[in-house]
Amino acid sequence: MTAPNATSATSPHGVTVRVEACAKTFGHGARALEPITLDVARGETLVFLGPSGCGKTTMLRIIAGLEKPDAGGRVLFNNADVTGVPIEKRNVGMVFQSYALFPNMHVADNIGYGLKVRGASKAERKARVAELVALTGIEGLEHRRIDQLSGGQRQRVALARAVAARPKVLLLDEPLTALDAALRDRLRTELDQLLRRLGITTIYVTHDQAEAMALGDRIVVMRKGAIAQIGSPREIYFTPENRFVAEFIGAANIVEAESRDGCLLLPGGKLALRQGSIDGKATAMIRPETIAVIAPETAMLTGRIDAISFIGDRQRLIVSAASHKPLTVDAANSLQLRSGDRIGLAIPPDAIRILPPERSL
Amino acid sequence: MPNRLVFSAQLLFTLLVAAFLIVPALLSMLAGVTVNYFQGVRSGLTLQWVMQVWSLYADTIARSFVIALATLAVTLIVGVPAAYALHVRGGRLARAVEEIITLPLAIPGLAIALGLLLSYGGFGDFRRSWLFILTGHVVFTLPFMVRSVMAVFSAIDVKTLDESAASLGASPWRRFRNVIVPNAKPGILAGALMVVTLSLGEFNLTWMLATPMTKTLPVGLADSYASMRLEVASAYTLVFFIMIIPLLVAMQLFADSDRKEQP
Amino acid sequence: MRLNTFIALCLLPLAIVVGAFFVLPMLRLILVGGSGGMGLSAYAAILTEPRFRATLINTVVLSAAVTLASLVISTVAGLFLQRNRFPGRALLVAMLTFPLAFPGVVVGFMIILLAGRQGVIGQISSLLTGDKWVFAYSIQGLFLGYLYFSIPRVILTVMAAVEKLDPSLEEAARALGASPWGVQRDVILPALKPAFVASGAIAFATAMGAFGTAFTLATNIDVLPMLIYTEFTLSANIAMAAALSVGLGLVAWAALALARTFAGNTVAAAG
Repeated sequence: MTAPNATSATSPHGVTVRVEACAKTFGHGARALEPITLDVARGETLVFLGPSGCGKTTMLRIIAGLEKPDAGGRVLFNNADVTGVPIEKRNVGMVFQSYALFPNMHVADNIGYGLKVRGASKAERKARVAELVALTGIEGLEHRRIDQLSGGQRQRVALARAVAARPKVLLLDEPLTALDAALRDRLRTELDQLLRRLGITTIYVTHDQAEAMALGDRIVVMRKGAIAQIGSPREIYFTPENRFVAEFIGAANIVEAESRDGCLLLPGGKLALRQGSIDGKATAMIRPETIAVIAPETAMLTGRIDAISFIGDRQRLIVSAASHKPLTVDAANSLQLRSGDRIGLAIPPDAIRILPPERSL
Repeated sequence: MPNRLVFSAQLLFTLLVAAFLIVPALLSMLAGVTVNYFQGVRSGLTLQWVMQVWSLYADTIARSFVIALATLAVTLIVGVPAAYALHVRGGRLARAVEEIITLPLAIPGLAIALGLLLSYGGFGDFRRSWLFILTGHVVFTLPFMVRSVMAVFSAIDVKTLDESAASLGASPWRRFRNVIVPNAKPGILAGALMVVTLSLGEFNLTWMLATPMTKTLPVGLADSYASMRLEVASAYTLVFFIMIIPLLVAMQLFADSDRKEQP
Repeated sequence: MRLNTFIALCLLPLAIVVGAFFVLPMLRLILVGGSGGMGLSAYAAILTEPRFRATLINTVVLSAAVTLASLVISTVAGLFLQRNRFPGRALLVAMLTFPLAFPGVVVGFMIILLAGRQGVIGQISSLLTGDKWVFAYSIQGLFLGYLYFSIPRVILTVMAAVEKLDPSLEEAARALGASPWGVQRDVILPALKPAFVASGAIAFATAMGAFGTAFTLATNIDVLPMLIYTEFTLSANIAMAAALSVGLGLVAWAALALARTFAGNTVAAAG
């Protein structure tokens, strides 16, 4: 995926996508999606992120045209209603979780199939296939059978096939899930570069938050068929709007305590909050890496180390007696710490996010 | 050593069972080319019985082939699209349909034949033609084709292949030709072998549906068992074996290669 | 063309063929069964009329005996063949499964060659005991014939099931100290139960409806298919023949349906 003569534009293209009040109830009465409305900008990469069964794949299939939204829901490409248009006429490119490469065709025929269906000439097809083979870095595999490809090669073929006919929007359903961890990391980076280079409107579904962070311009976190939060990766990470998002993305300490006079009162001391905090019961979110370990004598908050696990680039501490529940703290790997040590904890007020009171979902 | 003993006992038992199945088949082949079976092979070997079978029953053999191939054609045209539709559609309706079309596997051929006779026996020309037998064979063999193809469809997740072809812009008919049928080939082939083999050997239905002018090979066999000397009956059985064994071997090889491909 | 339209088109030939040549004839059969002189009581007559009831019991007992015997024989042979590798094994497997597609009439003829008037068994027995054993045309002959076409089917299912058995099950049992016989009894046979139920049901349903073998052998044996045939052709008692066919179809179908609810997988009889 590192071809030097990158094709066409890096300027955004594709279409804007609008999903309007799309809900989905399956035949047996199960509600897969609550009514959802959202917009995807031209050239944007939007990631649907959530645990399995949250409705993200159903959302993608509605945009693709593989499922119909319940009555009242609409899908618009460039402001044109495509709700009633079957997938084969929507001009979308889709990468399936299993890749769904055609076993009866070799690699080049797979990539060229969309063009063939559209009546492109043989020469045209050949040129475009060569271009994509170079772009995705699978030179030399053109005449391989599908069962002779590795997982990573299949993924590239699936991607090349999906974009060959220059679709209006690219849809990817967990395209890296079928791969092992090391390969997944590498392909994620390559995929990111490729999507930027293609500049096409992309909708990406995953349950892997690292993938979502790396690839998404914006992330839609989903839970039980509804949107839990939409925002840039930074917004989602640093300012989660609710406990679900805070806990689903990265590691988070959720601290429930009394807030008074600008401080959070804890069993092991207190924590200064940002200005403008309101007195009363509060739920706060604190990321483990924002907590600094300091000498207990000078600290406003102290605790005892219950367990240490050395991770490599850092060490993860479980600290009790500071809060009502044990706190997870990521400390520098150079600190000499032992289980049982009493330590002080310092947390900048900006790193403490007070979550809004929970709406019952 | 007790292990040795157990092995030998089991081997002996298995060999006896195999002998029970194979010896009569070999005897019939031998009897078909023996001058006088009662006197044994000493009486000499001959092809006269086979020739006699040919002159008496060539038409039944030819008819059986025509019917088997016609059955194959119909089950292909009817069964392959149906298997696709049932697989893609899924759900309760598809299961109900599948249930109905597999019923002929449970219901004895005699009952189906009676039903066909009661329903269509009055249409004289139809009743008298080989097409009447064809209907019975199609009903009986169709489930094998449909199931064989559906088994392949679920093994390769053809639904997602279909969706991916659709996402590339292919119409349903185009997807069916370019993606569905080519990938169903192993199932179609296995189903086809099964359909032809079963049709060639079908007796339960055919005996009731056949008329003296539309006898098939197995009907002729029953005839010869009842009215011909043992050597002729054996020769006829031999002819049947010669026709059916290559199909059985092909099915066996096919099943083996299938098993090897799926570790 | 929409997908749903296309799917409907794909199902259309099936609907026509199955509707016209299976569903309709079956409905007709059920109707005719209740339309004779006795009306609907023709169905009751299967159980109340002594001749019919005796035949039904005969057929069920014979089929059950054949099923049991084929299960025992096939399990011994199938386990042996799947557990041991020796030269000639493939040939042995081929020999055991090769009669799979023999029509019933041919199976009947095989039994005649074994136990008929010029059969090998008779020749051997007259050499050994001076007594010529001929039983092809009796109930024993029929039993042997049904066994002949049941064994290949059952053996195939049993072998496939043994192949799929998780070897670590057996290893675990042995690690826990079970004796070889204990392993068979507590681990192997229970694990094969679904295969037994499935193949047993097929064997039973096939034996219930087997016509060709009975036709070739039966001079004076009353089994249900023969009874139907004689009612239809000789007595021209069409309504009774239809009622008996419906009854036979129900028993065979019920055996398979029952097996499927127990074994969970798809079961089919053939022949």
